[in-house]
Amino acid sequence: MLDFFLGHYAYWFVVILLCVGLYGILFKKNLVKKTIGLAIFQVSVVLYFVSIASKWDATVPVRDANIPVEQVANYLNPLPHTLMLTAIVVGVATLGVAFTLLMAIYNRYGTLDEQELLEEIQ
Amino acid sequence: MRHQDESPIVLLGSRLLTPYIMLFGWYVIFFGHYSPGGGFQGGTLLAASVLLIRISGGRRVSRLQIQEFATTPLAVIGVIIYFATGLVAMLMGGYFLDYELLPFTGMEPAMVRYWGILIIEVGIGLAVMAILVMIYDNMVKGEDYA
Amino acid sequence: MKALKIIILILFASVLIYAASDLPYRGDPDNLMHAEESITGTTVVGSYVIQEAYNDAKTPNIVTVILGDYRSIDTFGEQVVVFTAGLITILILRNRRRVV
Repeated sequence: MLDFFLGHYAYWFVVILLCVGLYGILFKKNLVKKTIGLAIFQVSVVLYFVSIASKWDATVPVRDANIPVEQVANYLNPLPHTLMLTAIVVGVATLGVAFTLLMAIYNRYGTLDEQELLEEIQ
Repeated sequence: MRHQDESPIVLLGSRLLTPYIMLFGWYVIFFGHYSPGGGFQGGTLLAASVLLIRISGGRRVSRLQIQEFATTPLAVIGVIIYFATGLVAMLMGGYFLDYELLPFTGMEPAMVRYWGILIIEVGIGLAVMAILVMIYDNMVKGEDYA
Repeated sequence: MKALKIIILILFASVLIYAASDLPYRGDPDNLMHAEESITGTTVVGSYVIQEAYNDAKTPNIVTVILGDYRSIDTFGEQVVVFTAGLITILILRNRRRVV
């Protein structure tokens, strides 16, 4: 049972973080808060990918001359780290675009509240 | 940015910090072969050093560092460094971004790959720095158009 | 409407926790994604990269080798995405023509 808990608690924390992000997207009325919820959602996916890359008793994926490379269990899996590095940068860029769009909306309608925006548009 | 007086204490602190952050950014880019780091992380640090002066000093002081019209050409230069590296490798008879065929004389193919990775990391760092600064500048400008 | 949202949230959480309980143990070196050879007999990319990155590019940092060499076209596409995001901010916010 303890083994099961130690092997899975990281996933459950990721699920909690996903739910926090989804809560922000679903319940908040302000568009900026919705965007923050999206960012939290994205960060939780990044954390999940980083957590599945781990191995017990392994070191970071930088080759050390004293640790043999031939035994794969000595190094963390570097592939999820690379994929998440790209995902983080794209996330920052898309977050910038999202906030730019919000600024354009605010310049035009003068509000960021979802309900007021719907009334303004009609 | 709306009119507000800059605080001399904050400005002095940022002026003290900025060159070291920028130096550390270049260190992270160039030492990325031997430690955690690389183009994206170093580019973000460079952008932090530029944005620190912009936030603390306002538009008048930041004009002395990197001007607003310079960010777009810097980003284009970063992308072109990356693309040209791949294109040169293709013109030398290999695949796109196949660094082995880059025209470095007197080196074994693995070392040519080492230098090819370094060139594209510098391109990535430049592009990421310029684009983060560009997004900030456009947000500040866009506020004025309201 | 609010009750529906709460139900959606709880369903989402329970489905994900149920699915997460079937995942392999975190950090176990015998996981399939950490093996040297997959069940179909092909080489697993992560293990191949750990073993051969230094011979291929003489660079100790394996993540840098993947980012700049093995998956370099992917990185180029991502750089273009970031560049396009920067251009989009110009197009949206510096548009001097008033639309209202």
